[in-house]
Amino acid sequence: MTTGVRATARIVARPDGRGGTALPVLDGDGPLALRRIRAHGDEARVMLVGAMSGPLGGDHFTVEAEVAEGARLHLASAAATIALPGQAKGEARYEVRIGVADGGELRWLPEQLICAQGSELYVATRVDLAPGARLVFREEQVLGRSGEEPGRLGSRLTVRIGGRVVLDQELACGPGAPGGWDGPAVLAGHRALGQLVVVQSEFVDAPVEARLLGEGAALVPLAGPAALVTAVAPDALRLRRVLDEALAALAPACHG
Amino acid sequence: MSRAALFVLADGRFPAGGHAHSGGAEAAVKAGRVTGAASLEEFCRGRLHTTGLVSAALAAAAALGVDPVELDGAADARTPSPALRVAARKLGRQLMRAARATWPSAELDALAREFPKGAHQPVVLGLTARAAGLGPEDAAYCSAYESVSGPATAVVRLLSLDPFDATRVLARLAPELDRVADRAVEAARGVVAGGGVDVLPAASAPMLEVGAEGHAGWAVRLFAS
Repeated sequence: MTTGVRATARIVARPDGRGGTALPVLDGDGPLALRRIRAHGDEARVMLVGAMSGPLGGDHFTVEAEVAEGARLHLASAAATIALPGQAKGEARYEVRIGVADGGELRWLPEQLICAQGSELYVATRVDLAPGARLVFREEQVLGRSGEEPGRLGSRLTVRIGGRVVLDQELACGPGAPGGWDGPAVLAGHRALGQLVVVQSEFVDAPVEARLLGEGAALVPLAGPAALVTAVAPDALRLRRVLDEALAALAPACHG
Repeated sequence: MSRAALFVLADGRFPAGGHAHSGGAEAAVKAGRVTGAASLEEFCRGRLHTTGLVSAALAAAAALGVDPVELDGAADARTPSPALRVAARKLGRQLMRAARATWPSAELDALAREFPKGAHQPVVLGLTARAAGLGPEDAAYCSAYESVSGPATAVVRLLSLDPFDATRVLARLAPELDRVADRAVEAARGVVAGGGVDVLPAASAPMLEVGAEGHAGWAVRLFAS
């Protein structure tokens, strides 16, 4: 029996003392390669580059990002991540751990995660924010490549502000998931789903007003200084359109 | 404990106001996603394994004596839709009135003082079960069953569905209700064993979340949620 690949990528962002952001730690290994790309003002930009295919069954990837007080970090990825079935037994795991200190800002805007037919993946994302941290976080999941059946996906997204959990959401879908996942209460046949979380202290005094964003998406204020967009769409393109519009409306300076 | 207390609490005629809520079924019917018995069953099945599981675990944990204030916070984090948070608190407040009248308890009084506008309904349900001398299994079953009986009853009214069809849907879900109640109790015991409320399930249903926000904005509707 083969065992899966273990890989970790770590990013630490802190002020460089000259009004910009330094990246004293920027380590990736194996399939997770990190590249610093051109900064945008005082914001450091990092590109996550998939250097191998995967995650495959049995793989265990971890991405960690720490943003210190006063630092600004933007993370993007070069292409969609595609979970595929592998030789190794068991599901693949993808863990994301994010920490942002007071006065730090993180914009986490990777490309989609696509769960190919036959793949089994569990994604766990844990975001810990200090009370004065700022965050824009997007995750998009696509069930199956074009025209194929979905893989199995489990995911959990937990967001804490000052130690208090303001959002805890799990989703299980694809073959073998508990019943009804594709039915009218859960995904209703949609194959792309996404969440956009925006945290900023301005929401303490002026929370967003809940509203629908088209047929399959809603913007809501969470029980804390945070806003969430939950969206489902027939495909990745239409999902991105909804989330882009929401992002532009919510955090204009953060777009792009 | 008295087994009969479970029937009093689980009875649809227990005056806790649940009949005014459709559990998202009204929005799903209007959108054409629930049109008959088959789609009602899929709707209920999806609701059972998501919000039903979460509610059952919260109720079981409250019945075990886990701090209800912490559980209420965990319920907030698992209910991103403000329309659903408001509905859950309204239902919690109505249940609290009925519960305090039925099974007077210092713990219920304390929770009512802590949340004058209502705590999340599953938390109140679990504490009510405790006040009635019932256990976490009872609370989990009550909550899981409510998560599907509410929409099934509502759809009988919304679509003039044959009540026999709706009841058959509920009966077919019984084995899954057992599994959900088991998982809920196991998770609740994990909280007590030291895992804290973070180990409670957080299964979400995007269409229920989005549908609830749309439904809350309707000028005319048959059900409150």
